Amino acid sequence: MTFFFEVLITGLMVGIMYSLVALGFALIFKASDVFNMAQGAMSLFAGLALVGFLYQYMHLPLWLALLCTVGVMTICAYLIVYGILRALVARPPAMLFMATFGIAYILEGLGQSIYGTQAKGLELGIPEKSFEVGGIFMNSFDLTFAGVAALFVAALVWFFQKTRNGRALRAVSDDHEAALSVGIPLLKAWSMTWVIAGIVATVAGVAWGTRLGVQFSLGYIAWKALPVLIIGGIDSIPGAIIAGLIVGAGENLGEVFLGPYVGGGIQTFFPYLLALLVLYFKPYGLFGKEIIERV
Amino acid sequence: MNEKKEPLLRAEDITITFGGLMALNHVNLEIYPGEIMAIIGPNGAGKTTLLNIINGFYKADKGRIFFEGKELDKKMKPNRIAALGIARTFQNLALFRGMPTLGNIMIGRTMKMHANIFSQALYWRMSEKEEIEHREAVEYIIDFLQIENIRKTPASMLPYGLQKRVELARALVAEPKLLLLDEPMAGMNLEEKEDIARFVLDANEELGYTIALIEHDMGVVMDICDRMVVLDFGNKIAEGTPDEIKSNPKVIKAYLGTAGG
Repeated sequence: MTFFFEVLITGLMVGIMYSLVALGFALIFKASDVFNMAQGAMSLFAGLALVGFLYQYMHLPLWLALLCTVGVMTICAYLIVYGILRALVARPPAMLFMATFGIAYILEGLGQSIYGTQAKGLELGIPEKSFEVGGIFMNSFDLTFAGVAALFVAALVWFFQKTRNGRALRAVSDDHEAALSVGIPLLKAWSMTWVIAGIVATVAGVAWGTRLGVQFSLGYIAWKALPVLIIGGIDSIPGAIIAGLIVGAGENLGEVFLGPYVGGGIQTFFPYLLALLVLYFKPYGLFGKEIIERV
Repeated sequence: MNEKKEPLLRAEDITITFGGLMALNHVNLEIYPGEIMAIIGPNGAGKTTLLNIINGFYKADKGRIFFEGKELDKKMKPNRIAALGIARTFQNLALFRGMPTLGNIMIGRTMKMHANIFSQALYWRMSEKEEIEHREAVEYIIDFLQIENIRKTPASMLPYGLQKRVELARALVAEPKLLLLDEPMAGMNLEEKEDIARFVLDANEELGYTIALIEHDMGVVMDICDRMVVLDFGNKIAEGTPDEIKSNPKVIKAYLGTAGG
């Protein structure tokens, strides 16, 4: 039994990392009804920028480097909204979607030309100590990121559900013209979402960067978030978190307990299998907003 | 009622073309405080275009708009114009579909709320108080339009007539100085039309809103409006009280097709 819980908790910790990535997607989707293809690239860029501030170009202390990285992501968010998305107000979401493809390539290209292509290590100085709670081994590094993720989620849920700005953002995603006509400054609302998504991308980029090193495959961890989004419901913030945990725990448990029967290696596709199952029973995900169209 | 009174809104020489189509041709329009003004005309007359220019969705090729005596900057965004106190509804409904009725109407109050995200985090008591005040104003309008029982229903689930009413409520709670209604009675049966007509009339008489509305149905609109402007193929062909319009031969020709019809 202890072994089961150990596998479960290891899975949940990885799940939190998935949640962080999925969170960025859910945010942008909530505020502009667009699947942001650039989310992975944003995480990568944030990771690269942090490495740049820490070792490559400057040697700033960690807190200052993190602050500067958030600054860089904020500038990126404003450039994206005012340079690219402004021309696409009140256009079909498909056009915004294609624009995010372009943004992803631009960010990757910029990252390569500024920071080079080799993988870089990232050391935050978070102690990676294992300790035992009730016979189960846990890792302080994982716990730190779990805590950060939990804080983020609480703040975001509060923001979207309880504040006027959060409500305005939800309105913007529903109907651009209607939002404008009641006086919501659309571009400001978008900027706010992209800044928040940029900060979430930074956290995700740092979390994954410390684990895997900051390298270009970081951009692809975004695809790990895909089944998470499908299971949680693409526009749901709590959904992104819970589904991340489900996927993390599910793939780890599946690998350990089911893997041996089918020859192992099911970790890679198990999340997608779960996502398919969810799609079959709940097409909007576990927590997604069900949209019923009138015909 | 409009003897020598300053108009609330004055549109001067408004001209706009789409491709080769002259959608509005040197149109002048005044809306006086406290009145209900109707803009009528056949399909494609340019009525909605005129509204879209007033609230900033379209930019006129030529012409100027004055609101409360001040000229509106050509580059002004729709959300800025809304903040000045011009609210509108749409011909083809523009509700926030995923939100319940109450959420939709609360959004109409956005511009009236001052607490920003930081003060909301720091002084949540204050913003809570503000929220309650706005909630009261919203409840008043909900009562007024008799939509109490659908407060929690998602907007997309409501029947068409009620969606129109929710949209009207969203515009009313903004307490605009000028309310633009784009075919508030479109697609309704006679009974529903009369309901809306009564709400519009009450909003004007009891709550003091200044209203400009577009309508196809001459019959209903003549009963409630103070003044009418008739558009036809982008030209203003007549203006006056309902009685004057009724007997204007140009209007009868353009709008009704046959004399006396």
